[in-house]
Amino acid sequence: METSKKYLVGIYDDEDVLLKAVKKVRSSGVKIHECYTPFPIHGLDVALGHKRSRLPIAAFMFGLTGTTCAVLMISLMMGYDWPMIIGGKPFVPIPDLVPVSFELTVLFAALGMVATFLITNNLWPGKRPLMFDSRSTDNKFVMAVDLSKNKLAADEITSILKNFGATEVNTKQVEIK
Amino acid sequence: MSHVVSPVRQPLIIGNKTYADITDDVCKQVEGKPTKTWMICFTIAVLTLAYGSYCLFYTWWEGIGVWGLNKTIGWAWDITNFVWWVGIGHAGTLISAILLLFRQKWRTSINRAAEAMTIFAVLCAASFILAHMGRPWLAHWALPLPNTYGSLWVNFNSPLVWDVFAISTYLTVSLVFWYLGMIPDLATIRDRAQNKVSKFAYGALSFGWNGSAKTWARYESVSLILAGLSTPLVLSVHTIVSFDFATSVIPGWHTTIFPPYFVAGAIFSGFAMVLTLMLITREVFNLKEYITINHVESMNKIIILTGSIVGVAYITEFFVAWYSGVPYESYAFVNRATGPYWWAYWSMMTCNVISPQLLWIRKIRTSVVATFILSIIVNIGMWFERFVIIATSLHRDYLPSSWAMFYPTMYDIGDYIFSFGLFFTLFLLFAKFLPVINMAEVKAILKSSSAPKVVEKKGAGVVSDRQTKPAFNKDADNI
Repeated sequence: METSKKYLVGIYDDEDVLLKAVKKVRSSGVKIHECYTPFPIHGLDVALGHKRSRLPIAAFMFGLTGTTCAVLMISLMMGYDWPMIIGGKPFVPIPDLVPVSFELTVLFAALGMVATFLITNNLWPGKRPLMFDSRSTDNKFVMAVDLSKNKLAADEITSILKNFGATEVNTKQVEIK
Repeated sequence: MSHVVSPVRQPLIIGNKTYADITDDVCKQVEGKPTKTWMICFTIAVLTLAYGSYCLFYTWWEGIGVWGLNKTIGWAWDITNFVWWVGIGHAGTLISAILLLFRQKWRTSINRAAEAMTIFAVLCAASFILAHMGRPWLAHWALPLPNTYGSLWVNFNSPLVWDVFAISTYLTVSLVFWYLGMIPDLATIRDRAQNKVSKFAYGALSFGWNGSAKTWARYESVSLILAGLSTPLVLSVHTIVSFDFATSVIPGWHTTIFPPYFVAGAIFSGFAMVLTLMLITREVFNLKEYITINHVESMNKIIILTGSIVGVAYITEFFVAWYSGVPYESYAFVNRATGPYWWAYWSMMTCNVISPQLLWIRKIRTSVVATFILSIIVNIGMWFERFVIIATSLHRDYLPSSWAMFYPTMYDIGDYIFSFGLFFTLFLLFAKFLPVINMAEVKAILKSSSAPKVVEKKGAGVVSDRQTKPAFNKDADNI
């Protein structure tokens, strides 16, 4: 079922203006859908009220999985499945486990974390992006307000956005699948 | 756009850029037709690759008997080239990861091209692993895969197996790091694309990126952790490559100094190659306002540091060989300096120890021509370093009757040429079809680290939007 939603899109020329505007717009009782910027702006996620990312925890867990897999794999292969009996050396020499275990820890952590990042952000090859204004990947800073989630009228929100520095405010109809 | 300008540091981006200027400047070569210079360079690179491919194919077809190896020198150019390329591949991730962790903003203009260089250099290194296997179609035997001969696994005690894991992990993580960093810029190109093919290609490649604040916050978190993971990875890879030698019992190889010495050498040669490429790129694509003399000087300072570390390592090796009291060890080093390969040893010393010291002179380290020449000299020197370590240690073994010399055949040389062809073909394709400068990161530092935007005021002519003009700005404008 396809429905469409109406958004108000405020365009800003400067990231500092946007950052201040986000705080003021929120305090005026307007719920912001999301902001779109050409580069990361520090503090914007906090201003928008986003929670802190838990990706570091994911990376740690994936890394731990990598270490465990590596140590188990090498121990099983070298010590159990095909023990190499050379000069009375131990079947599973701990120092020799280190390089491969380290590499697999990094590999699992990096790939696992990036995969988690792509999945949580719903990014995949060929995905059609939800763009409110194509200039947001170039030089403009965009604030999108979902009209269905706000009690204020479109005109009121428009004037609030303009009061806090938006150079233009457009309406955008977005198809939600 | 207001500027916050440091009173002590030179601006990193000059030319009074705006965000839109950065997008235009970087996208220009991606969107436009290939230039004549690019076409000429690409043709030469492809021809080199074609000749090299023939030599590599012949090596695979006939076996490595076509090389100039003998029973005494069982490793020569193949391992020399392998270690050299892996070393070159270290600066990219180093620039991206370690300089990111140290908050060095000057990395932003050069990190993308350096990361690309890493990936292509590691591919070249991998080609030598495959080549010296002799039977490259059995390359998968180096992986711990179940096989039809029973429970036979790779030997995890062998540094060559560690190499397989180290290099493949390094390649994979570097590739992921590079690509992830490129997604926001690919989205920028997608949103500017005019024709259908570009729209489709960059649309597919940009993963539906729209630059939402939530995605950016997570993206930054991922970048930082990837940098944290890559930093020890960079150090581990060359350490493990050095274990190929250090865990053996050959005089001249069996030394504990090898891991840090190899890592320093890798950074040294990697930065030299980044400089060689970046100086050409800034010239050909007219990116002098993004890759400034400031950047060149910063990289040169790293070259002085790592070059000096390498010099100290050479002297330490000599000292320890003498101090150990082992006659074989002492002989190996005296033979390096005065034996039949003296020319290789002294080429290495001249290129790696003496010539980078010229960079202490400010005029030289801020000169594009001098830097370009020195960067090539350093790369030649680092190739000789690996050749000296490998060939001179092998050519005199414990049995004088087996003493021998190594003479490269056309296939040794051809396989080396192959790697150059591959490297430059890939780099030129990258420079044409992908953004060579990380637009998003450069935009992020524009306010704090660039020359101020010039704004037009009615009746007042052109004035800067900054109130006071620091003293350095005069120099910056002249660069």
